[in-house]
Amino acid sequence: MIFLDKLITGISLGSIYAIIALGYTMVYGIAKMLNFAHGDVIMMGAYIAFCTLQYLNLPPVMALIVAMAACTVMGVVIEGLAYRPLRQAASLAVLITAIGMSYLLQNLALMIWGANPKSFPGTMISIPTLSLFGGQLKITGATLVTILANVVIMVGLTLFTSRAKTGKAMRCVSEDRGAASLMGINVNRTISITFAIGSALAAVAGILLCSSYPTLQPTTGSMPGIKAFTAAVFGGIGSIPGAMLGGLLLGIIEIFGKAYISTELGDAIVFAVLIVVLLVRPSGLLGKPVREKV
Amino acid sequence: MTGQKRRSDTIMVPVPSYAIVPERDLGSQPVLEASHLGIEFGGLKAVEDFNMIIGRTEIAGLIGPNGAGKTTVFNLLTKVYEPTTGTVLINGKDTHGMNIVQASRLGIARTFQNIRLFGNMSVEDNVAIGLHNQIRYNMVEGILRLPRYWGAERRLHREALELLSIFDMQKLADVRAGSLPYGAQRRLEIVRALATNPSLLLLDEPAAGMNPHETEELMDNIIKIRDQFQIAIMLIEHDMNLVMGICEGICVLNYGRIIAKGTAEEIQNNPVVVEAYLGKRKEEAR
Amino acid sequence: MTKAKRKRLIYNIVTFAVVIGAYIIMQTMIANGSITRALKGQLIPICCWIVMAVSLNLVIGISGELSLGHAGFMSVGAFTGAVVSGYLLHALGMENEGLRLFISVTAGGITAGIAGVIIGVPVLRLRGDYLAIVTLAFGEIIRNIVNVTYIGVNGSDLIFSFLNKNAPEGTRMLVDGASGAVKVGKISTFTAGFILVMITLVVVLNLVNSRSGRAIKAIRDNRIAAESMGVPVTKYKMMAFVTAAVLAGMAGAIYGLNSSTVVPGQFTFNQSINVLVFVVLGGLGNVLGSVISATLLTVLPEVLRAFADYRMLVYAVVLILVMIFTNNPAIRALTDRMLAPVKRLFTGGKEEAA
Repeated sequence: MIFLDKLITGISLGSIYAIIALGYTMVYGIAKMLNFAHGDVIMMGAYIAFCTLQYLNLPPVMALIVAMAACTVMGVVIEGLAYRPLRQAASLAVLITAIGMSYLLQNLALMIWGANPKSFPGTMISIPTLSLFGGQLKITGATLVTILANVVIMVGLTLFTSRAKTGKAMRCVSEDRGAASLMGINVNRTISITFAIGSALAAVAGILLCSSYPTLQPTTGSMPGIKAFTAAVFGGIGSIPGAMLGGLLLGIIEIFGKAYISTELGDAIVFAVLIVVLLVRPSGLLGKPVREKV
Repeated sequence: MTGQKRRSDTIMVPVPSYAIVPERDLGSQPVLEASHLGIEFGGLKAVEDFNMIIGRTEIAGLIGPNGAGKTTVFNLLTKVYEPTTGTVLINGKDTHGMNIVQASRLGIARTFQNIRLFGNMSVEDNVAIGLHNQIRYNMVEGILRLPRYWGAERRLHREALELLSIFDMQKLADVRAGSLPYGAQRRLEIVRALATNPSLLLLDEPAAGMNPHETEELMDNIIKIRDQFQIAIMLIEHDMNLVMGICEGICVLNYGRIIAKGTAEEIQNNPVVVEAYLGKRKEEAR
Repeated sequence: MTKAKRKRLIYNIVTFAVVIGAYIIMQTMIANGSITRALKGQLIPICCWIVMAVSLNLVIGISGELSLGHAGFMSVGAFTGAVVSGYLLHALGMENEGLRLFISVTAGGITAGIAGVIIGVPVLRLRGDYLAIVTLAFGEIIRNIVNVTYIGVNGSDLIFSFLNKNAPEGTRMLVDGASGAVKVGKISTFTAGFILVMITLVVVLNLVNSRSGRAIKAIRDNRIAAESMGVPVTKYKMMAFVTAAVLAGMAGAIYGLNSSTVVPGQFTFNQSINVLVFVVLGGLGNVLGSVISATLLTVLPEVLRAFADYRMLVYAVVLILVMIFTNNPAIRALTDRMLAPVKRLFTGGKEEAA
């Protein structure tokens, strides 16, 4: 029963990682950059949801909508102001800019909300805890919602990229930016949309993360951000199903590692597994191997 | 300038029938023996049953339409790809399971179709990388600037300039390789490859982007290099004047298979080649 | 002497002159007491961060591999230094601080170098962003492992335990898990830091302009071409990576032995990123640039202490603006044109080492 309990906790945590990883992987696939600030967009989303609930006393649905809207705008603005001028620059320059953006968001949050952790209200997800096997197995509402949200997002995104015109445009741009623009696809607009979607998902991830782990502070997004980035690489960066798979596996490995091996070494185990996977499959679980043309 | 006339039925030494080796090389061990070479990329046979022998001082040509698999052959010979079938012997040694570095040490050097210079390094340093395995001092000697460092570096400088003088490029020694004009970059690639002291030099479209005058000069230089260094040269080229002018043996590739072999004259009069390759060109030219 | 060699020589002379000059000025200021306490406290950390930046530049600028775990090696060096120094003092009774520092720093370099080999073997097979994420992962793994490592001395015995603290009564803990190394004993000196900076400069600058350094740069510029010239890629990538790890470990040992407590949490991913920022702002492959940017960016937050609330915010904004201004082609062309007359005044000695 403990095993099942841990498995469900792992899937729930993994679902959060997966949703964050989607943001990393989509942006990487299309803009070929590591958006280090993504983890901090999650944190901002969580703070915004926190404020709408706590200070404006709006219902949870409104908090979700406000947070998603705010993060979407934030994502598009960040892309337009900081990343777009560097479209032709070396990837390292873009990476450093993203790191600067990450510092900026963290310090903005520090100024606005202070360093003291806020406790994320449990009223955000007010679904009662599910009791199974006569109370032996308890699944919280947050866990259920997280797993469900993950499934919905996965299906939605898959349909979007395979059916919708914009989704197809995104795949074109990720395949070959130059050719896509010659075919009349507006590359800048497509990249903006990618950031918008990724950031909206970040808001969802932030709310889900803080519903399960309610301590909210300016650095809340960093570690989940790094882990989710790891998950994206684990699954094969650029691949949407890869991000899903990587996120889920990472969550499960982390929870099991902490439960059965060592609490302190949980993170180390996660990263060690990542390294082993990359050594066996250098482009991740579902990534396409790239052959260098000579 | 024309290749030496030779027919397979006049060969006295037993060399396989697929070889085109000049008479002066017949007695010695071939520098390259490729037999039944083939590679598949995801089910697609990019090169199939490729057989070729190159003599010690031969200039051989590899021609064929775009996408025929010429560069893939070079990649197989230099072990960029491990062939799916067949063997490659360089100086009589089997290269099976070797990597690019090991193959290079057997005496094979190449240039690249899409130029691959060390763009941020100086022209002289590019040549110095070619000489890398001929100078011997280790990291510690380099850091502490021990006597061996100074001696080796002096020798390196002298030899690099000497090699650059083949193409009259000594004055460019300090220039950043990436900022050289296109033709000079191609020439530098040849110098750099020569610096590794190869016995077989592979040139991938050496005349691409050169004007007729430069090509003319390049032809003379290729022959000069062969004579001076006594090495074999195999080249991929679309410029038929160059190929027919200097290659002693020519091999025509189409759809990954050899469709003809012979001297320039034989190739020019081969109906299969004319149909598959030269004929098409003439039609396009009209 | 060719023009390129002369330029290189001038660049090296300027680099050494700047460092030696700064050392002399600082020593004079210390001697006549005109140095502020805050700056004096920063001198040894500055030396360490210079070494970190220059060594990371060897990996990123010269070898062309993005490493995000450089602080991990610093951590290995710092804790090795603390343990060795503690063992020498408490178990062997070595009182001579200079000798103890020398042995500790050497040991720190060696263990970090070993860590570099262990990490480099798998990591350097990967490319680009994958290499970045794996070095990041290794940095975090090192931190996690130090977090559950317990080392102490009891008499002349070294007591070692992992995961769970397991030490007999009366053991003096040198590394105590997450609380790190306590009561390390400040034995680092500014001169030691300066010597390490000089060693780093000699190693990196001479390496770059030698047979091995050329091979490393060639692999960076074009791996396949380097291989087909007979240059073994893994060997030279390892050489750059491990050399950088050794230097970082030595810097870590000096850094650790400069404070009373060292905790694993000091050497996080963020610390690696900070060093990366030094390197990028100083210019990839530009050793003097790394020295200057590491110094300025270590001092700057201290100078801005009055604006404590805003300094990191300002830092972030400046970082983004600098990156945009130096990397956007349109803006760059504009600034280049404006700066052209100024540049003409300062030509010479500004060439990149790479």
